[in-house]
Amino acid sequence: MCGIAGLIHRGKSSNVGKELQGMLQALKHRGEDSTGYALYGDTDGKNFIMRFKVGENVGEGSSSVMEETSVYDERKKIVDQYLSELGARIVKEERILPYSLRYEIAYDTKDLLEFSQKIESIPGVEILSMGKSLEVIKDLGNAKMVCDRYNLDKVVGTHAIGHARMATESGVDIKSAHPFWGYPFSDVSVVHNGQLTNYWNNRRLLENKGMRFMSECDSELIAVYIAQKMREGASLEEGMRASLTGLDGVFTYFVATKDSLGMAKDTMAAKPLVLYESDDLVAMGSEEIAIRSILPQEIDTYDPFDGEVKVWQI
Amino acid sequence: MANLKTTDKKSKSQSMGMHTEVLTGRTQQKFFNPSEAENFYYFGTYDVDFNKRTELDVKEMTAPEANKKIDNLMSQGYGTIVIKNPQGKHSLGVGILNKLNLIFEGSLGYFGMGSCDGPTVRINGRVGWSCAENLMAGKVVIEKNAGSCFGAAIRGGDLICKGSVGARTGIDMKGGTIIVGGDAGAFTGFMMQRGRIIILGDVGINLGDSMYDGTIFIGGKIGSFGSDAVPGDLTSNDQDWLKRKLKVAEIGEKFDVSKMTKIVSGKKLWNYDNLEPTEKKGAI
Repeated sequence: MCGIAGLIHRGKSSNVGKELQGMLQALKHRGEDSTGYALYGDTDGKNFIMRFKVGENVGEGSSSVMEETSVYDERKKIVDQYLSELGARIVKEERILPYSLRYEIAYDTKDLLEFSQKIESIPGVEILSMGKSLEVIKDLGNAKMVCDRYNLDKVVGTHAIGHARMATESGVDIKSAHPFWGYPFSDVSVVHNGQLTNYWNNRRLLENKGMRFMSECDSELIAVYIAQKMREGASLEEGMRASLTGLDGVFTYFVATKDSLGMAKDTMAAKPLVLYESDDLVAMGSEEIAIRSILPQEIDTYDPFDGEVKVWQI
Repeated sequence: MANLKTTDKKSKSQSMGMHTEVLTGRTQQKFFNPSEAENFYYFGTYDVDFNKRTELDVKEMTAPEANKKIDNLMSQGYGTIVIKNPQGKHSLGVGILNKLNLIFEGSLGYFGMGSCDGPTVRINGRVGWSCAENLMAGKVVIEKNAGSCFGAAIRGGDLICKGSVGARTGIDMKGGTIIVGGDAGAFTGFMMQRGRIIILGDVGINLGDSMYDGTIFIGGKIGSFGSDAVPGDLTSNDQDWLKRKLKVAEIGEKFDVSKMTKIVSGKKLWNYDNLEPTEKKGAI
């Protein structure tokens, strides 16, 4: 079933880590196989932040294969070596969990395609996000568990999107968890609730154009689809509008960039979304209780209509 | 068992599209015998006094706890109950089979007021998906917006939303009336089988898709007609009924009903042919 939530503060920053945790935890009955956060934090914008994994969480319910920590260490070493070869300098390094790392990187090249391809050529390594504001954190368990594991409740930023997953189309693992990074675009992320029925056709087309897929989760297609549209020169909103006919199935999804947040709903309006919009805050989720977790007072909310696309700026 | 009379004369209800079939044959319905009244008991009903009023704060309650408490209050004779802090919780006010004035001071989540029979409800907020699903009788008024599947499969009663509603409003409805003051999404009246829907604003695509029967009245623009949904003649009977209904619903009383579009079933779908299942199988 899955639940999605998102919020954007306009003109100010807030504790988006804690706010999104509350929203996603309110949706945990929609799925707690895994939970993911795409947080757009306040940074100086100088360095890239790369969130990546060198292995999988193989806890209870995981569909991944157990590996030795030494394997993770070896992969990390190769990542460091490749970064050096790419001319990227590691400014700050954090190993949050044996398999999950956060690097701040000084890197001048704008095109991240070559960069990403080289790093991800290491078997078992996946870049979860790359951007100057975006950080994608995803792992098995519900919103609170993931938030506690990665200390997300103090993250301050302008906007965020997140996903509470009930695995239906692919495995219970981090690679299939949302949000998906809009590879190879800096600071683009996607969460999705629904099912896409023309996944393989679109995937083959996009792979022929050089785009990469790390999982067999149909939701990843949206991130890649939008990214490809943007690569061809479309704006975020244009890419999202194209998806209403280019993607077949039922879906409600959010896309976030460094300074904007968008939502799209399929033409059947088969997946839920409740939206609250004011001058300084937009909050939305699969159910109103997600919004109520940050706005307990009486508010005006509504369901966007079928085929609706909206984009807000910070 | 009762025998129903067959008639060729078109009744007023038929001309208004409330139903179009001519009843024939025998009904399976067992009719009530007054001499056996004491043997009939409608589970979950109580004698309540509308002047006996109380408030219930459900902020810290789960939906089952809140619903059980409402039931408990009705058993004590409370006929007017004000619910405080519903805060978008799902499945509140479900299964009330009683006359009751129920007021929600706030919004409900999914499946609010589902499977009810008799209460008069006012929700001073918004409702999520599938509000008042399977409503049998009573009146539910929503002051703000409503989610998708509004009034799914209702069989009777009045369901009124003063704001806008999502997709598939009145899906599979089998009776009753749905009134919407604002706009409605796609597939409004999808597979409806009887009853009436009034939308004062615009509607999305596939209006009345695969409707078997019943009537839809639209005040604004129509995205597109669904399969087998066709325009009908807006009669003076329709207009009188619309005026009366909108007045009672406290919504759009001054609305110019003469400009509304009436939609009915074209009755061209497969279910209207005369083939028996075995013949159909052969035809396929």
